[in-house]
Amino acid sequence: MEHAPSSGITTAGILQRILLRVLKKLGMTAFILFGITVISFWVIHLAPGSPTDLQTTLNPQVGAATRARLERLYGLDQPLHVQYYNWVKRLAQFDFGKSMSGDHRPVWDKIKERMPLTIGMNVAALILTLLFAIPIGIGAAYYQGQWFDKASTVFVFIGFAMPGFWLALLLMLYFGIYLQWLPISGLTSLDYNSLSVWGKIGDVAQHLAIPIFIYTFGSLAGMSRFMRSSMLEVLRQDFILTAKAKGLPLRTVIYKHALRNALLPVITLLGLSIPGLIGGSVIIESIFALPGLGQLFYTSVLARDYPMIMGNLVLGAVLTLAGNMLADLCYGLADPRIRSTGGSA
Amino acid sequence: MSSITSRVFWGKYGMLTIGLVIVGVMSIAALLSPFISPFDPDALNLDMILQPPSLSHIMGTDALGRDVFSRLLHGARISLWVGFVAVGIAISIGLVLGLIAGYFRGWVDETIMRLVDIMLCFPSFFLILSVIAFLEPSLVNIMIVIGLTSWMGVARLVRAETLSLRERDFIAASRLAGASATRIITLHILPNALAPVLVSATLGVAGAILTESALSFLGLGVQPPTASWGNMLLDGKQVLEIAPWLSIFPGCAILITVLGYNLLGESLRDLLDPRLKQ
Repeated sequence: MEHAPSSGITTAGILQRILLRVLKKLGMTAFILFGITVISFWVIHLAPGSPTDLQTTLNPQVGAATRARLERLYGLDQPLHVQYYNWVKRLAQFDFGKSMSGDHRPVWDKIKERMPLTIGMNVAALILTLLFAIPIGIGAAYYQGQWFDKASTVFVFIGFAMPGFWLALLLMLYFGIYLQWLPISGLTSLDYNSLSVWGKIGDVAQHLAIPIFIYTFGSLAGMSRFMRSSMLEVLRQDFILTAKAKGLPLRTVIYKHALRNALLPVITLLGLSIPGLIGGSVIIESIFALPGLGQLFYTSVLARDYPMIMGNLVLGAVLTLAGNMLADLCYGLADPRIRSTGGSA
Repeated sequence: MSSITSRVFWGKYGMLTIGLVIVGVMSIAALLSPFISPFDPDALNLDMILQPPSLSHIMGTDALGRDVFSRLLHGARISLWVGFVAVGIAISIGLVLGLIAGYFRGWVDETIMRLVDIMLCFPSFFLILSVIAFLEPSLVNIMIVIGLTSWMGVARLVRAETLSLRERDFIAASRLAGASATRIITLHILPNALAPVLVSATLGVAGAILTESALSFLGLGVQPPTASWGNMLLDGKQVLEIAPWLSIFPGCAILITVLGYNLLGESLRDLLDPRLKQ
């Protein structure tokens, strides 16, 4: 790259490179999305059993003919690649199909009404995680080898090993049953509708306090550890030595010179942590009986509701890819080195 | 003098020692569980239901009067099994694909690495859940599915290692001597790429144990009456208010075991690759 200064310096050149980078990223994303849908479609449809089983085997009056009619209705009698083609064709028009179980409502409607809760909880937890992880990571790196670092290392190891659902049980036991401070299940209390606006907000906040704490705790360990090593990496660099040698106060060196550079890799980690968050919501939402996406996915898996499962998998993949892409773009915007050389590997 | 040497020892090998002790004790407990369990883990005793911890039942009894301590010991076997078999599957896939991708490069590498990208973007817990629910939950299915969804890290590690190894002189020498690709890969590259794999395998066991317990806790893992730490917690949740000991002990077992494997893995990493130590 050093030998090709031709278009790199002008604004147009930089813009062109950013555009190319975005296009390349988009192409890759489309490819990964295609791969994910193909794999999930095949795995789910090839597995023994079918959604019609639950509706027919329970009912002795249903014969083979009815069953065949049901399968035809859902298109399950066609070859798999035809089914996939039809599914993609409808998906292109943003039509995820209709749920095969229960109320038979459109998949997207059911997902849409549950999305705010799950995404809201995860975003809240991510913000809290960053608020705690960054100072902990800075502290641990700065006081490397001293008691704060050691204490945070112990905390990190416990955080990595703690099963989220067990922490949930412990907190339910202590705050819900022993102290009776917080409700242990659902999103709202029975008297929710009679509460004032602030009362309603407070009520929901009380119900979500433990779940959000668990999400936060789950990602805090990894994030603070990552922040620590990223900070250590930066503190070893020459420009930090220069800043110290200039006689700048330590506070300025840490918060102005080191922190900005140390934060970059953390952005990437944020994008990568999304699949884990989505997976975790299945367990947490089912423990606390919260009507979010995780619970929806769990019930649709048990009912073998193909369109619902595919809808959720696609949504999960899209969120993950969007997170990665956003992280990548933020990284590019924050780090001039990447912007001007047209991208990392 | 001895206090200084012991401080140096603990500073350097403290994590490794604690990890080894935990993993060792848990493995012995799992292997010997049929002999050291004070009770039959599946024996019902309806006169003794939901007894709090006492001298005869040191961790109490569950809603069917079964001894929690004995079930915990047998649960250790399940966790160990799942951890080792799932990681074995993941390592085998990761090793083979990583070696092939790194050694042959070109379109083979491209294809394998794109597959890795796809699998890494999968909300894998969703996939594991659907597959398990469809195939009927069972121990074997869990091990296979966890293995099939966790090989990507190993593949990337091994590929990177292979890419750098294949440019070394000793590989060029054996190529000139007429060794076949299979021979070079299995005899010369594989043994040199194993160190990082060992670390990732140790950490992988911890991850597999956590996944199994989460699946069993959702009722999609090891099926009752077979005891696993996850399904013991599921039982405990139903009677959380009146019998909290059912929820406390199995969770401690998961926490300590996973902690042990993580400590072991991290300290192995430091020992095998001092460059990574911070």
